[in-house]
Amino acid sequence: MEKTKEPLIHITKRGNISTAGAWAVRVAAIVCAMLVCAVVTTLTTGINPVAVFASIFQGAFGTTRKVWMLFQNLAILLCVSLAVTPAFKMRCWNLGAEGQVLIGGLASASCMILLGNTLPNWLVILLMVIFSVLAGAIWAGIPAFFKARFNTNETLFTLMMNYVATQLVAFFVILWEVPKGAGQIGIINQNSQVGWLPQIGSSKYLLNIIVVAVITVAMFIYLRYSKHGYEISVVGESERTARYIGIKVENVILRTMLLSGAICGIAGLLLVGGTDHTITTSIAGGRGFTAVMVSWLAKFNPITMVLTSFLLVLLDRGAGEISTNFGLNKSFSDILTGIILFFIIGSEFFIQYKINFRKAAKEDR
Amino acid sequence: MDDRIPAVKMRDITKRFGTVTANDKCWLDIYRGEILALLGENGSGKTTLMNMLSGIYFPDEGTIAIDGREVIIASPKDAFDLGIGMIHQHYKLVDVFTAAENIILGLPGRLDIKAASARICEICDRYGFNVDPDMKIYDMSVSQKQTVEIVKVLYRGADILILDEPTAVLTPQETDRLFDVLRNMRDDGKAIVIITHKMHEVEDLSDRVAVLRKGQFTGDMLTKDTNAQEMTNMMVGHPVVLDIKRTEPENPRPKIKVEGVTVRDIEGTLKLDDVSFTAYTGEILGIAGISGCGQKELLEAIAGLQKVDSGDISYIEDDGTAESLIDKDPLDIKKLGVALSFVPEDRLGMGLVGSMDIGDNVLLRSYSEGRGAFTDRKKSYGVARNIVEFFDVATPSVETQVRKLSGGNVQKVLVGREIVNAPKVLLTAYATRGLDINSSYQIYDTITSQKQKGVAVIYVGEDLDVLVELCDRILVLCGGKVSGIVDGRHTDKREIGAMMTKVGGQNDGKD
Repeated sequence: MEKTKEPLIHITKRGNISTAGAWAVRVAAIVCAMLVCAVVTTLTTGINPVAVFASIFQGAFGTTRKVWMLFQNLAILLCVSLAVTPAFKMRCWNLGAEGQVLIGGLASASCMILLGNTLPNWLVILLMVIFSVLAGAIWAGIPAFFKARFNTNETLFTLMMNYVATQLVAFFVILWEVPKGAGQIGIINQNSQVGWLPQIGSSKYLLNIIVVAVITVAMFIYLRYSKHGYEISVVGESERTARYIGIKVENVILRTMLLSGAICGIAGLLLVGGTDHTITTSIAGGRGFTAVMVSWLAKFNPITMVLTSFLLVLLDRGAGEISTNFGLNKSFSDILTGIILFFIIGSEFFIQYKINFRKAAKEDR
Repeated sequence: MDDRIPAVKMRDITKRFGTVTANDKCWLDIYRGEILALLGENGSGKTTLMNMLSGIYFPDEGTIAIDGREVIIASPKDAFDLGIGMIHQHYKLVDVFTAAENIILGLPGRLDIKAASARICEICDRYGFNVDPDMKIYDMSVSQKQTVEIVKVLYRGADILILDEPTAVLTPQETDRLFDVLRNMRDDGKAIVIITHKMHEVEDLSDRVAVLRKGQFTGDMLTKDTNAQEMTNMMVGHPVVLDIKRTEPENPRPKIKVEGVTVRDIEGTLKLDDVSFTAYTGEILGIAGISGCGQKELLEAIAGLQKVDSGDISYIEDDGTAESLIDKDPLDIKKLGVALSFVPEDRLGMGLVGSMDIGDNVLLRSYSEGRGAFTDRKKSYGVARNIVEFFDVATPSVETQVRKLSGGNVQKVLVGREIVNAPKVLLTAYATRGLDINSSYQIYDTITSQKQKGVAVIYVGEDLDVLVELCDRILVLCGGKVSGIVDGRHTDKREIGAMMTKVGGQNDGKD
């Protein structure tokens, strides 16, 4: 008698996997990713993969300066990721972090340029903080208002606001360019250093790192223990439930997006006032989008986001090193980054599900 | 016990979802020319077992034989090829297609709607269905959609039919019609399995019953040799009292006064039309009606979730002063000091958040009471533990996500949270829908004990047998109008059924 074939594999849901087990799967995924990267590297370029990996670490940790750069980049990326997280947790897809950072940076730069010669340094810095936070908040607040009021699509709206921000910055760069015709502003207040955020100790990056560390802890507490954080979760999971218990959904959307934009504004402030002391259209450097990945990979947990943003920054810093050391272009390092992310994201599937193979000999009669 | 060859023979079927075992070495025989009622409490594995038969899940262990031949069912297509068709609780139809288009959707061969329509009509005639092949699904009532689902599986040649709680959404009249059709199909030699929680339906319709308990098969027997009490005891595993105590209302005083309330939905359709009534303390006011006749709007209007076009709803304090609830949201109502609890129809979409754990769901009602900017989780987890203990909720812990609980336990958490704050008014919508008999009676007991504490209970229900047994007064809605208010002690199913279909219920005699 013909017998239908048992499927070769079938997928079943795992029970509650232990934390250790989940991490074992993740580590295994990274090891697999490294192996695939090594094979791809050897096959396509003929370079010894070990040298490539060494190079990545060289690029990230090679010198004291590189380590500082790593942490500076980590801090800014983490800051932007923390900014988008409350909105994401509310299922409100704020893809406008790029623009919100830019506009915050522009606000800081404006204060430095316009007020640098007239007001005392401390007052300029205070105004920079206020205006960059406000600018970021407004940039996020506009789409939030329309979403809360008319239920517009926040994804498209915030995305479009990025272009507006970029063009605004481009406009002011030309307006304030030094010298005329240079097409860039250059270092603002190079001599007076007015509006430069104070330096802690020997590194100009330390302040940024400390500020972001504080924001990280604060965001963790805000999301986990505060009433606002609880409202955000409820609205994100079910608007109907939120209304049923009397949460004013529109207010929560507006409030959360304002917070999201305000933290982006702080990121802009840290970039312009803290490290770069100038503004360009590319100052956010795509972090508004990388932040989406950081936030998701960490499942919106601010503490885990330290790890995920570290991973992404490490890969990025290392990638730059590979391209210079081996004469490869940057695309190759992007390929490696892509492979590693593929495995990390894929590992989540294996944490939730188990694959069963057909039993070899199943004969019971 | 039977020497016939069963149409379906399931042996030692086991299915696990992670650490949860849904079916544990289940046996089941299904015969042709017979209606089998599959019984069990919520979470006893009935639906999972049938999903394995229809190819949605694949069993971890065990064998399935169709007509004595062992088979492997790895996909719904395999199941169809073997003549197995399942009608799910939630219909899977394309709204903008016609009945005929839905029925032939996905079938191989040339698209010939005309021939298909002819065959559909032939199937309908044979079993006594009534389907217009050219009618769009979005124009259909729930019962018509269900008919399309049944015709769909018959069209595909199914002769083993599984129906998962088919009567949960039907009126008594529609249920009678469905049962006639099912009997016709049985007489035609088809094998039919029906999953249901309603005992009188089991007794009325089935030839044989099979009982599952906690994922295990506890036995099967002929329906005529058993009774509701025995079946319930088998399902639950210990004797259960199937009796609703109805005490006399004590010292009833007006609590909620609804006067001339009219509600329109966004499209302007009239949902409630000049509805007036008063709910008293210490009594259960039942609300009956065909689904979608304004029950939802009525409860939501009282709870502050539905805008009212005209009319007034007032809450009467113990000292007699009245407080209008119109244009107030749930938080405003709470701030007024009105202790109003609401168990909505949509448990996981409205009353609870499925992805949050029990403790956090208990927090929903009280999160704003925490000190300063922070929530008081410790307290809500304590309350959650009390609810779990008091209602005997089957859960690993209060840190378990609510959506991982079975339907009955979800409802216990919701009802528990709503009564824990000592409400003065309790609104419930379809509080026992989809619940097994044991959980249902627990809910009835809880509602009755709230009434004895002097709470004004408004109970929207669909099972008329229960309404008549449980409620002190019953308000019947018909198309958004009050068809009448009857005394629960001096009425019967027939009278209410007639009032549900016509205002005032003058069309007695029509089935």
